[in-house]
Amino acid sequence: MTMPLMRPRRKNPVLRTPQMNLPPWARGRVALGLTAAAAEGRLELQVCQDCGAVQYPPREACHACVSARLRWRAQSGAGRLLAATTLHHSNDLFFRERLPWRLGLVQLDAGATLVVHLHGDVTAPGQPVRVTARLDRAGRAVVIALPDPETPHMADDKMLREMGCDPKFRKVLVSDGKTPLGQALVRAFVAAGADIVWVGHAEPWKKLPGFDALSALPQVTLVPLDVTDGRSVAELAGEIAGKVDIVVNNAEVHRAHGIAARRGTDAARAEMDVNYFGLLRLAQEFGPALKGRSADGVAHAAAWVNLLSIYALANFPPHGTYAASKAAAHSLAQCLRAEMRPAGIRVVNVFPGPVDDEWNQNLPPPKLAPDALARAVVQALKDGLEDVYPGDVAQEWLERWREDPRVLERELAAGG
Amino acid sequence: MTDTAPATVPQLTPAQVLGALGAALRDGGIRVVDLTQTLSPEFPQIALPPEMGQCWPFRIEEVSRYDERGPGWYWNNFSCGEHTGTHFDAPIHWISGRHLPNNAVDTIPVQHFVALACVIDCHEQAAADPDYLLTVADIEAFERAHGRIPAGAWVLMRTDWSRRRDPEAYQNFDETGQHTPGPSSEAVQFLVERRDVLGFGSEAIGTDAGQGYHLRPPYPCHYFMHGAGRYGLQCLCNLDLLPPTGSLLICPPLKIEQGSGSPLRVLALVPGV
Repeated sequence: MTMPLMRPRRKNPVLRTPQMNLPPWARGRVALGLTAAAAEGRLELQVCQDCGAVQYPPREACHACVSARLRWRAQSGAGRLLAATTLHHSNDLFFRERLPWRLGLVQLDAGATLVVHLHGDVTAPGQPVRVTARLDRAGRAVVIALPDPETPHMADDKMLREMGCDPKFRKVLVSDGKTPLGQALVRAFVAAGADIVWVGHAEPWKKLPGFDALSALPQVTLVPLDVTDGRSVAELAGEIAGKVDIVVNNAEVHRAHGIAARRGTDAARAEMDVNYFGLLRLAQEFGPALKGRSADGVAHAAAWVNLLSIYALANFPPHGTYAASKAAAHSLAQCLRAEMRPAGIRVVNVFPGPVDDEWNQNLPPPKLAPDALARAVVQALKDGLEDVYPGDVAQEWLERWREDPRVLERELAAGG
Repeated sequence: MTDTAPATVPQLTPAQVLGALGAALRDGGIRVVDLTQTLSPEFPQIALPPEMGQCWPFRIEEVSRYDERGPGWYWNNFSCGEHTGTHFDAPIHWISGRHLPNNAVDTIPVQHFVALACVIDCHEQAAADPDYLLTVADIEAFERAHGRIPAGAWVLMRTDWSRRRDPEAYQNFDETGQHTPGPSSEAVQFLVERRDVLGFGSEAIGTDAGQGYHLRPPYPCHYFMHGAGRYGLQCLCNLDLLPPTGSLLICPPLKIEQGSGSPLRVLALVPGV
């Protein structure tokens, strides 16, 4: 049985803050298919299109019939534990610092046999397990075996917590607490057991419904933060960046027009200033502090979340300038991910469809409820995802975008 | 506007007046009071409904600070709107003044940037009522105590609103909008038509009251002052350091081509103690 995680003690300030040693990260190009699926929370294995064999580890050709016609296909992960072992020694720095570490051999119902990281509640050979792929601290996919069915407190398992960014006992900054989504995010992080939620509070003179109730939560501390003001970002970072474990950047400006429907560039500039430059300012000020604390105890700095938009993938002309700013933010988020990954900080990009808020008032449903989006963000952190497409609209657009971005472009130009 | 040269120094030539002024500035006989709020990112800007165009707040970014971006020098780039911080409103700012001649900051006669000021003290009324509107009766009471407002002078409404250093208290919004003091429609018309003032100045974020949109006409100070070619000053401070009459304001806005206003430094010359 997993012991519930206890609130970590305060760190001893006379000791050096431990620095990150990443687990082995080198993988061949062919293995990145496993990582790409794990980034979205799926276990995908190569399936031979000729003989149907499911194989692991990834290879260039089918291990059974040598066909090169291999496709990545989602797997249920159902299987049984064949054998378990406990590692008491390792020359690899990452594992050396986390010994003892449990490994096992699992036979999937689909056929393949895998060496996996073992959850603490998977103990007896023959025990049913669910195998899934997770990103490890180096951002590369590894396969892990979880107990099936689930067990109490299983999220607090040492190995599993290493693979995810669970907000429990972590300190979170939500960059804008004033929007319905911002408020939902704050409540979701409090519900997930976050220790502290700092809530950005720009233009304090603007009163928005619900905000006072939010600031009454004991975990919540309002902080002045205006991502358009470099000094405001720098001052807040100076004050709290050394304690923040998860940054959630949801600050955005969203105006519902394209090129012709609005004179001038002021609204588009405001969108870029918040949605793109705001991310840049936050990343410059908070990024280094997060990187320096990515191995700082059980509640180490873990993740950076960007609330983007499915419009970042393809322009939605009725909200064309907003889409452009989100595309810019997406590109910068890829840069941030590349810079944070060597430190073991996960960058989670969230691509929701239209949220049910004032700027999407004229869009017909389905629209994503702020509460549902906030829950998806917290779940993505728990599951260690990198790319999240919450809601039906986002899922449908993603599918069409993957089929053919040009076709989707034309469909969106015709109104979606 | 008529000539308002002080009648107390007829024996001096203009050159002697300037010489005496320079000497008085040097020996403290005349002091200079700064009526300007510091431009900073924290100072609030006017907030319009979000679907409308917005005035930019003051923002500043370092170009270099004796570092790899410029080893021997420190400088910044800044951005703001024409109506950010302590600022000047030109007649072209309002639709009622848009067809007037010389209605923009680059074409206003520079003579108007140096003028006498009267300060009407409403700080007690504003403390009791954030929505306080300056009345014609207030103006008449001021004149009974301090004499008639001279033509071509600024009229400044002292409310001590600038002492609200917390931006939230300074803006003073609730769900019905902003609550800050300003002039009544009747008072503005009295000042323009009966007293021929140069303009109106306030300590709050606009020359009009926070609820000025609900007056008749909406935003009467903007409508009547600018419609008559008069000016506005807002976000002033230190008005409590000015005498009711007898101070001289120096307030030239930036020379922006067809500018509707500009942030500026507002100085007042006052008799020394």
